[in-house]
Amino acid sequence: MSLDNAGIEQIKADALSAIKASQSLDELREVRIAHVGDRSPIARANQGLAEIEIEKRAAMGKLIGTARANINQAFDDKEKELTALRDSRALSNERVDVTLASNRNPRGALHPLTLLTNEISDLFVGMGYTVQEGPELEASWLNFDALNIAEDHPARTMQDTFFIEPLSSGLVMRTHTSPVQIRTMLENKPPIYVICPGRTYRADELDATHTPVFNQVEGLVVDKGITMAHLKGTLDHFASKIFGPGVTTRIRPSFFPFTEPSAEVDFFYNGRWVEWGGCGMVNRKVLQAAGIDTDIYTGFAFGMGLERTLMVKYGITDMHDIVEGDVRFSRQFGSGGR
Amino acid sequence: MKLPLSWVSEFIELPKTISVADIAAGFVKVGFEVESIDNPAEKIKGPLLVGKVLNIEELTGHKKPIRYVGLDCGEAKTRFVICGATNFVVGDLVVVALPGAILPGNFAISARETYGKTSNGMICSSKELGLGDDHSGIIVLDGKAKIGSPALKVLGADDPIIDIAVNPDRGYAMSVRGAARELAMALGLSFKDISSRALITSLEKKKKRGKITPVQISDKTGADQIYLRSLSNVDPLRPTPQWMARRLSQAGMRPISIAVDITNYVMLELGQPLHAFDSAKISGTLRVARAGKFTELITLDKVKRKLAKDNLLITDDKKVLALAGTMGGLDSEVSEFTVGITLEAAHFDPMSIARNSRSHILSSEASRRFERGVDPSLAELASARAALLLIEYAGAIYNGSSVKKTPLKKRSITISASEISSLIGTIYSDKEIEKSLKAIGASLRKSGKKWVVTPPSWRPDLNDLPDLAEEVARFFGYDRIPSQLPPVKLASNANSGLTPMQKRRRSMSLKLANRGLVEVHNYPFVSQSQMDLFGFTGDRAKTFKIANPMSDEYPYLRTHLTPGLLAAAARNISRGEKSVALFESGAIFRNIETLKPAGSVSVSKRPTESQIKQIYQSVPKQPLHLAGVIAGEMTNSGWWGKGRVVEWSDAVDLVRELIEDSGNDYSIEAVDLAPWHPGRCAEFRVDGKAVAHAGQIHPRVTSALALPDATVAFALIVDALKFPDNFKASPISVMPAAIQDISLFVDQKVPAEKVEAALKEGAGELLESIALFDRYQKEGEAQVSLAFSLVFRASNRTLTSDEVSELRSKAGAMASKKCGAQIRT
Repeated sequence: MSLDNAGIEQIKADALSAIKASQSLDELREVRIAHVGDRSPIARANQGLAEIEIEKRAAMGKLIGTARANINQAFDDKEKELTALRDSRALSNERVDVTLASNRNPRGALHPLTLLTNEISDLFVGMGYTVQEGPELEASWLNFDALNIAEDHPARTMQDTFFIEPLSSGLVMRTHTSPVQIRTMLENKPPIYVICPGRTYRADELDATHTPVFNQVEGLVVDKGITMAHLKGTLDHFASKIFGPGVTTRIRPSFFPFTEPSAEVDFFYNGRWVEWGGCGMVNRKVLQAAGIDTDIYTGFAFGMGLERTLMVKYGITDMHDIVEGDVRFSRQFGSGGR
Repeated sequence: MKLPLSWVSEFIELPKTISVADIAAGFVKVGFEVESIDNPAEKIKGPLLVGKVLNIEELTGHKKPIRYVGLDCGEAKTRFVICGATNFVVGDLVVVALPGAILPGNFAISARETYGKTSNGMICSSKELGLGDDHSGIIVLDGKAKIGSPALKVLGADDPIIDIAVNPDRGYAMSVRGAARELAMALGLSFKDISSRALITSLEKKKKRGKITPVQISDKTGADQIYLRSLSNVDPLRPTPQWMARRLSQAGMRPISIAVDITNYVMLELGQPLHAFDSAKISGTLRVARAGKFTELITLDKVKRKLAKDNLLITDDKKVLALAGTMGGLDSEVSEFTVGITLEAAHFDPMSIARNSRSHILSSEASRRFERGVDPSLAELASARAALLLIEYAGAIYNGSSVKKTPLKKRSITISASEISSLIGTIYSDKEIEKSLKAIGASLRKSGKKWVVTPPSWRPDLNDLPDLAEEVARFFGYDRIPSQLPPVKLASNANSGLTPMQKRRRSMSLKLANRGLVEVHNYPFVSQSQMDLFGFTGDRAKTFKIANPMSDEYPYLRTHLTPGLLAAAARNISRGEKSVALFESGAIFRNIETLKPAGSVSVSKRPTESQIKQIYQSVPKQPLHLAGVIAGEMTNSGWWGKGRVVEWSDAVDLVRELIEDSGNDYSIEAVDLAPWHPGRCAEFRVDGKAVAHAGQIHPRVTSALALPDATVAFALIVDALKFPDNFKASPISVMPAAIQDISLFVDQKVPAEKVEAALKEGAGELLESIALFDRYQKEGEAQVSLAFSLVFRASNRTLTSDEVSELRSKAGAMASKKCGAQIRT
């Protein structure tokens, strides 16, 4: 083989075209042995350098070196290209159906009443209130007497209230969370800003809208200069945070032994007024029974049923769903609330 | 209280343009919920006229009597209709529905061919008009009705009826007069009261003759006044006038006889319950007295009632006549043979009547009014009104009256416009105060900047400033009250925010929800058979019993959360769930303290500290528990294969995690405690006290409840966990760890926890963590092989291999010493 410029160019061209034609890394390895191996034309051309005239040798050497570098570069590029191709084919073969069911872990959930209690507690805590709780099995003095509910009030009959044996124990299942208000006033000096959520009991049969065991949230504020306007403002704020912006309340005259003036509160929702609960300015007799000076302090209180609130808010039509503990019901609300 | 609007409008002039809805809204505005509105005009449409029967042709040859009737309905021509009733004669006035009329139940009247004649309408019965149940014949009207006039008006049946709920403080509104006064106030209309004076005078002007029943109040705590009106010559069989019977029915009372109907009519009109006694049945003096020696009374409803000693009665010299203010006695009732009537109207003590009513479970129209408080000035007027009606409609002659009364106490309340304004939160002027309080019937006198207010006699509920503030606010409408948030002083509320316990309860609940458990809120009621099935003994068998439970089967309060949880799990499984995981947090009730009733404590002022303590101590502690149950699979089965079946350790691990999170140190012991499997229950102890139990449920319990064999549960006393004080984080070392494994044999009775504790003690401070990675026991052998992995790390250097192997030896030595462990080499 003649060692001239054209010859070297030919060797390089052959090598580059072989590299380009390689389809796989294995094929490329063969091409590499053939075109840059010890017996490849370019290696032999390099060995032939010794036989050419000395004055041409440097130029020829440089030519061969450049050709070899070009070939090596082409090899490296091709190798990278083919490696990437092989890898992507392998990943492509590992493809799975990601829509396959994957529910190995059973789904848990908080009860929506818990979620609602938390939501309301957070709302009022944010307004500077504290959350007070108390016993469900309660002294009738705290549940009735201190709230100006006289001995012969209908609420104190067996038709309405669960009494504990023996009757002389003076214990009842609390009929509202109001005894927590009394405990709060006995244990703290004003200013008082509290809400009292919790379980309450009344002797009603379970049906679509009633349950003998239900939950209430009550609010109590006792401070200097508290007015019925503050009650109204608090109720409006409460309703708009729970039922959505723009939901307002109305209050209308009513009667409760523990408030004077008293009112029923309704909220306007989906085009109609919905009854929500009772409220009013804390009756002076109640403040006095707790030892609060009525010449200095006034207060307001309100109370509403959480089941009813939940039913209206989420369109629940049957109380049984709330009380029966069916996992399908609570799971709808997500484990920590929507 | 059912209010026919025609009756209400005797006291107010209602504008022609006002709608029934406006009137209802008026009631709501001043504090009366509207229970229902019955508007006949919405149920009956089209022409309904008064017709006079001109001629009757009896059509024969049919299965029942059929009449072809000619009628004068004020039209040019005689109208002929077919009628199946026979209770009328020529000349009677009847109600005729003309073709085009629609009667209740969407019953359209049209001209039709029947029995070979053309019937041009229908003669109506009460039932067809929806006015009553009487279908025995058609309505025959009083002779006074005008031919061709609208028949509904003649019947008084065009009258809308509004039923309002009356709150306990508004007894006066249980009368047409009282409700009308409220409505007048709500609508800004003037109230036309009846003239008491004129009415009473007109009775007193009647010629008096005959016997007067004498009266006595023997028990002054039971009544402060009583009026008896004695009448004779009564015709008890006279029919009740149609208008009166109609109004009684509209108000929901059944017409009975002229004497009874008149007392009821006056009660509905004015609010004063009255009773008519047959004078001949009264021996000597009529008295208000406590039962005392009297033990029995048969009331009008024919029930024999055993009297309580403090029942308030009407008696005579010999016997009981009535349960005062509640129900009359059967023996002294007005009958068809009655000639003389003694009308009784009294002002009874509300509490006494409430007790009468409760002790006999007997609520009457009279007792409902007395309990709420009847106007003490009303007895004189109402008895006079009823006497006059008996004279007019029952032919009675007035004999005279006997009266006992104590003078009414005058109440007055001193208020100012600014006091009222600052309670309500909006400004009311003096003029407004005066106007509104006058509207409710109060009289006012100005005294400096203050008003001295005398409430009307019918408002016993008005006693201080807030009572009057409500009246003022109500008069101008609660919608005038602005909406403002109170000025909460955050700085003064140092404890604001959730309490540590409230935060803990939330985080524990959320953890369980995130671990796949669904929260439930079970009723806390349990049955004896549940307690027996669960095998509760000791404290957990000591509960409270509800005297009047919803169900006789479930009278007890729960002492543990597991009965409710397992029942809820069983319910879910019966509804098709294959596995179920539930938890609940709530109070439990154990009757384990010596509780002393607080006794009677006054509410007129703050109880003393020792009284407060007594009240608090009369209430049992109700600790907060958190419990869960997992039945079936812990992880779901699916296309990937079978799920993992839950085992005892899943319950134990949840409790470990909950207690570790709370920052408490605990130890675990194996215990035999129902309802758990006797060999698979772990007791968690903090400071030596049991705080939780966890493990597998006893197979006896799971099989009784149809739960899977693999059912585990835990119960934790949340209250029993302390809050760590002064918690500080430890620094984290980045030096390399040295891991050493150690295998040892121990007797199978030695708990793994004890071995682990000994290893820890022996290994010392440099031990970072320890984990049991293998446990093996050969069939039939008493020895168990345990293999632990020990991780050592120092905070400031790399440990040498000699150092750690020596620590490993020390750990092993301690296990040998404390647990009899043999180290495997």
